[in-house]
Amino acid sequence: MTWACVWLPHLALDGVLRDRAEPSRPLVLVAGPVQRRRLVAVNQAAGASGLHAGQSLAAAQALLGHFDCIEHDLAAHARWQRLLAGVLYRYSSQVSLDFPDAVVLEVAGSLKLFGPWPRFAALLHADLDAMGFRHHLVLAPNPCAAWVLAQNHAELALDTPHALTHALAQVPIDRSALPVNVTDALRAMGLRTLRQVFTLPRAALVRRFGPDVLAHLDRVRGTAPNPLTWYQPPDRFDERIEFNFDVESNEALWFPLRRLVQDLAAFLTGRDGGVQRFEVLLEHEGRAATPVSIGLLAAEREPRLLFEIAQSRLAQASVPAPVRAMRLRADELPPFVPAGGDLFAPNAAQTLAWPQLRERLRARLGAEQVYTLRVEADHRPERAWQRVERGCAPLPLPRVSSRAQLGSTNTMMGIAETEARYAFAARTIPPMRPGWLLARPIPLRSRELRILSGPERIESGWWDGSDVRRDYYVVETAEGQRVWAYRPSGEEGPFMLHGWFA
Amino acid sequence: MGAVLELDAVLRDARVWRGRAGPASTPGTSQPTGHAPLDAVLPGGGWPPAALSELLLASDGIGELALLWPTLARLTGNHETVALIAPPYLPFPGAWQAAGVVLSRLPIIAVREPREALWAAEQMLRAGCCAAVVCWLHAVNDRALRRLAVAAASGRTLGFVLRPATAATNPSPAALRLALDARPARLRVLKCRGGLPPSAPIPLPVSTRH
Repeated sequence: MTWACVWLPHLALDGVLRDRAEPSRPLVLVAGPVQRRRLVAVNQAAGASGLHAGQSLAAAQALLGHFDCIEHDLAAHARWQRLLAGVLYRYSSQVSLDFPDAVVLEVAGSLKLFGPWPRFAALLHADLDAMGFRHHLVLAPNPCAAWVLAQNHAELALDTPHALTHALAQVPIDRSALPVNVTDALRAMGLRTLRQVFTLPRAALVRRFGPDVLAHLDRVRGTAPNPLTWYQPPDRFDERIEFNFDVESNEALWFPLRRLVQDLAAFLTGRDGGVQRFEVLLEHEGRAATPVSIGLLAAEREPRLLFEIAQSRLAQASVPAPVRAMRLRADELPPFVPAGGDLFAPNAAQTLAWPQLRERLRARLGAEQVYTLRVEADHRPERAWQRVERGCAPLPLPRVSSRAQLGSTNTMMGIAETEARYAFAARTIPPMRPGWLLARPIPLRSRELRILSGPERIESGWWDGSDVRRDYYVVETAEGQRVWAYRPSGEEGPFMLHGWFA
Repeated sequence: MGAVLELDAVLRDARVWRGRAGPASTPGTSQPTGHAPLDAVLPGGGWPPAALSELLLASDGIGELALLWPTLARLTGNHETVALIAPPYLPFPGAWQAAGVVLSRLPIIAVREPREALWAAEQMLRAGCCAAVVCWLHAVNDRALRRLAVAAASGRTLGFVLRPATAATNPSPAALRLALDARPARLRVLKCRGGLPPSAPIPLPVSTRH
């Protein structure tokens, strides 16, 4: 077993900073009762002005006139840790959040796929850097040792028990993850590193500090088992960014939106899923949130595409009040099937595949504005066609469910049936139909009409309430256009124009 | 030897003007129109590839579909996508299917305002995932057309712009301009890049069987 530990020394601060468009503004996290607020973490700009963790808020305000002050939120802390576990789940199925401020993953199997370690480590660094989290990364033979060493080394890879013993021996007891009262006592005894602690007699150690300390030391050395609970990726995505000011312009929403969509995409990559329908909720002060729902024709997970679509939907939404928070929710995460590209694509200049372009058009123009047409087996021109809004999707989405077997046979039957209907339609539709059909017939006001052919009687629909009894003619007008026009059956009245032979 | 070959290639290019002799040999283009009389007069023997073609209509429904259908049928039959942007009427599927067009490869993009049609046309031409884009534009200026022409060139897509005949007097960056007259039913080549427009009009192809 080989374990990688990602230790996040500034998890709370990085989590807040990554949601802000200007990370260079001084910012501090505060906690504690109202009368005794203390700084928990400060960013680089605040640190440069002399602020530091542990300071009281009053002292900080005396030092620096203006800085952003954010409440330290333990729930958010845990949420970010889970988000990172979701991202790292991509590399290993055994990911644990049992250690505070850290994500531990078992990588012995992953090394075969992503390795060797330097290359694997580069992948992990790239993912974590892209998400904006500072981190230490250590590889060790057992999880507890990896976690302890990650607090002492920014980067370290140990593969033999001997190297582990050597590295652990040099860990100062202050940073050995032992309880504070124990480290204080050990320091008072004149001990400085774990090497000295390891040489103490075990019985004496238990008598003095209790069994927990010895158990921790054994786990670090790998001589005691260390059962961990495994992270299970959730079936839904729900993230939220709160602003500490009112947002009234669209532009100010793009940065948090991009961040949320990137997190969603990273999460989806982690669980190898896609998203087909998600919702952006804009929360307001004292009124219900404005939902903006984004639906796609196929599951996608490309962050740029998702952001572009969400952005154009958001730009069209009417938002009644200033926005205080933004939340992204995706409840259905279907499996993602990457579109197979054509190696010998007919057009080398292609920059965007049709499914992505279609999503872009749908997002900007409206979902119902992009469609294809289909022939329906009906003689009435109004009903001889049907709009298909997702007909241009190349493949139906595969469903993973217990009914998969049943579903596939159903689909097969469905396709056969549809084809039969098409064939029937193609056979029964007479060839003489105009290329253009008017949405509704209009009176034909033209003097010199010459009837080219007809009448063709269309009489149908007495059973479904839209009864049609018409005699259709092909007529040439004085302007030289050929039109498809009709008269009610048996009448000699004026023609109604219904289409153009173009 | 290499230089000779290069010169041949240069001379074969439709953009080289060869005086009154006209284009001596027209190599087969990849985009024939499907109408032999029209192919015969066009330099390159068909639609200019990766460029804009403009069809100027005296009125709607005078044979513009009959002119386009063979091309659209050939492209959709080759499993390529052809888009219609802002068609003025409903393309009646029965007739289009009878003309050989594969309807499932013929997405239609409806728009609410003319600007959206321009935007959609430029996006689709530039993306290069459609073999041809046919759009109906009414009030469109020279600059917008030039944008479309550049988009068609960069996406290597066939672009068709259908406009009213009143636009014929305005200059246009399209590589090919055809005017369609209703009576008599004929077709005039106003401009074709890489060749002299023929002076004689060409009879319009007959649309359906009559």
